[in-house]
Amino acid sequence: MEINLTAIYILWLREMKRFLRSWSRIVGTLIMPLFFLIFLGFGFKGAFIPGVGHTKDYILFLVPGIIGMTLISTSIISGLSVLWDREFGFLKEIMVAPVSRISIAIGRIFGGMTTSLIQAILIFLIALGMGFKIPSFFSFFLALLVMALISAGFIGLGLIFASILKDIQGFGIIMQLIIMPLVFLSGALFPLSNLPRFLRYVSYLDPLTYGVESLRRVLVGHCFLPSWLNFFATFLFPIITVFLGAFFFEKSEL
Amino acid sequence: MSAIQVEKLKKEFNGLIAVNEITFEVKEGELFGLLGPNGAGKTTTLNMLATLIKPTSGQAFVAGFDILKERDKVRKSIGMVFQEPALDNYLTGRENLEFHGMMYGLSRKEAKERVREALKIVELEEFADKLVQTYSGGMKRRLEIARALVHQPKILFLDEPTLGLDAQTRRKIWEYIKKLNKEKGVTIILTTHYMEEADFLADRVAIIDYGKIVALDTPENLKNILGGDVISIEVDNHQNAKKAFEKLPWVKKINQENGIFYLQVEKGEEKIPLLIRIDQEEAGFQIKSINLRKPTLEDVFLHFTGRTIREREASQTERFRERAKIHMR
Ligand SMILES: Nc1ncnc2c1ncn2[C@@H]1O[C@H](COP(=O)(O)OP(=O)(O)O)[C@@H](O)[C@H]1O
Ligand SMILES: [Mg+2]
Repeated sequence: MEINLTAIYILWLREMKRFLRSWSRIVGTLIMPLFFLIFLGFGFKGAFIPGVGHTKDYILFLVPGIIGMTLISTSIISGLSVLWDREFGFLKEIMVAPVSRISIAIGRIFGGMTTSLIQAILIFLIALGMGFKIPSFFSFFLALLVMALISAGFIGLGLIFASILKDIQGFGIIMQLIIMPLVFLSGALFPLSNLPRFLRYVSYLDPLTYGVESLRRVLVGHCFLPSWLNFFATFLFPIITVFLGAFFFEKSEL
Repeated sequence: MSAIQVEKLKKEFNGLIAVNEITFEVKEGELFGLLGPNGAGKTTTLNMLATLIKPTSGQAFVAGFDILKERDKVRKSIGMVFQEPALDNYLTGRENLEFHGMMYGLSRKEAKERVREALKIVELEEFADKLVQTYSGGMKRRLEIARALVHQPKILFLDEPTLGLDAQTRRKIWEYIKKLNKEKGVTIILTTHYMEEADFLADRVAIIDYGKIVALDTPENLKNILGGDVISIEVDNHQNAKKAFEKLPWVKKINQENGIFYLQVEKGEEKIPLLIRIDQEEAGFQIKSINLRKPTLEDVFLHFTGRTIREREASQTERFRERAKIHMR
């Protein structure tokens, strides 16, 4: 199982070229987080929302959440894109090349992370335009790191789904039954303290909760759960899913 | 050394035996055909040889490498064109090929050079920088053949290379395949369910049915098994004609049906003049028409399996329908 750097680079490059050529798809995935950002952001501007208190303004609370929302949807889609490659036959061409499966998985993950981050940064720039402010350039750098971890985690999750699903029939179901509930449970859009106790416990099982919390910590300087827990979970999640995703991908036959 | 050596290779998919202990050998530089109806196990065989799926039992060597133990070396030695298109539609033709070259360890410069050559062989230079999305079925096929050449493999696997293409495009692709084999010395193993394709292209043909090889030889020899050509001949006086035909030493068998004689002979085209030269006045009959029919691989398939390939495919479709019905319930 050797790592082939050229293959990783080629698969990354492929991801980039496809990304740059599919503007309609990018717009399609960014439209939801953008709507949430604009309408919730302006809609609740200056309003008193219980639980947000410490972050002073709702937009400060909302932006890390919207970035998390962007990352989860773009990343899961990117992990699931193996399904499209299988559907259109291109997966066979990759599988018959003299390249280890692990290199293929890594190339995919890097490619997905890059496109995901670019999209998250686009959203971030729009947020800056709406009056969001960051404390320092260093905090932006830290945020990028956290974003990369969140992205890797959900790409890994997408890879796991792709290996289990085998065909694109399940694609829409995953999108609707996984992404939106995880977003709502993560406290990306409203404070979790407003949820009933039961749902709050469920939200502790949502990896995006810790991702969004970590982003709040580095971008706004405040989070609701203990910082160490947020960072630890955000770090652990991609390690688990990337490992499992690569493992399932390695084992999958055509 | 043989290019491909297959020994008792078998593949079972949950109870269904797709390939049933087949054994054959492909010589270096040979153009070898696997001919059989849909579902015969051709693709499964190629996929095993390309190390994409693991055989249930048996072994095989490709370019001298064990398909189970030396997968990467096997992969480096072969170029594969799959039955279904396996291109990235969002990339241009050139990008598809260059990426392929680099995946196979070529430097960017080498890849560019080889891609240019490969595109030239299949005459796609003009469209190289268009997105594959815009290609026709025939162009995609040609691009895939070119791609399989970029890393200069010793052995080329072609899985139904002309499936679903129009007659003209098919001719063109046959030309490329012949050229690669004859001029560049690439060993080729090709699957098809078109008998005329196997007949025209292959040095040797293995006829495969229900996962088993039922016959293997040159197309010429396979057709000769049937006892040669058939001359059908219509005459006015049957009794006299029969007497005359029975006297001819080179007629191997005489059948008569609906007033037409069917003479089994070898090299039929040389026997027609001899038939015409029979002194018809003396023999007491007149020839009204003569027709020569050379056996095709279709006849060979019929001979070995009791059905034509077309019939076999129809029954295959029926079986699928049956299975689908069971699923629906
Ligand atoms: N992945 C698979 N799972 C189950 N059955 C399969 C699979 N691949 C092929 N088969 C079955 O194996 C048989 C041979 O298929 P295949 O090798 O594709 O035939 P051919 O290429 O000659 O048309 C068919 O009956 C087919 O349905
Ligand atoms: Mg097939």
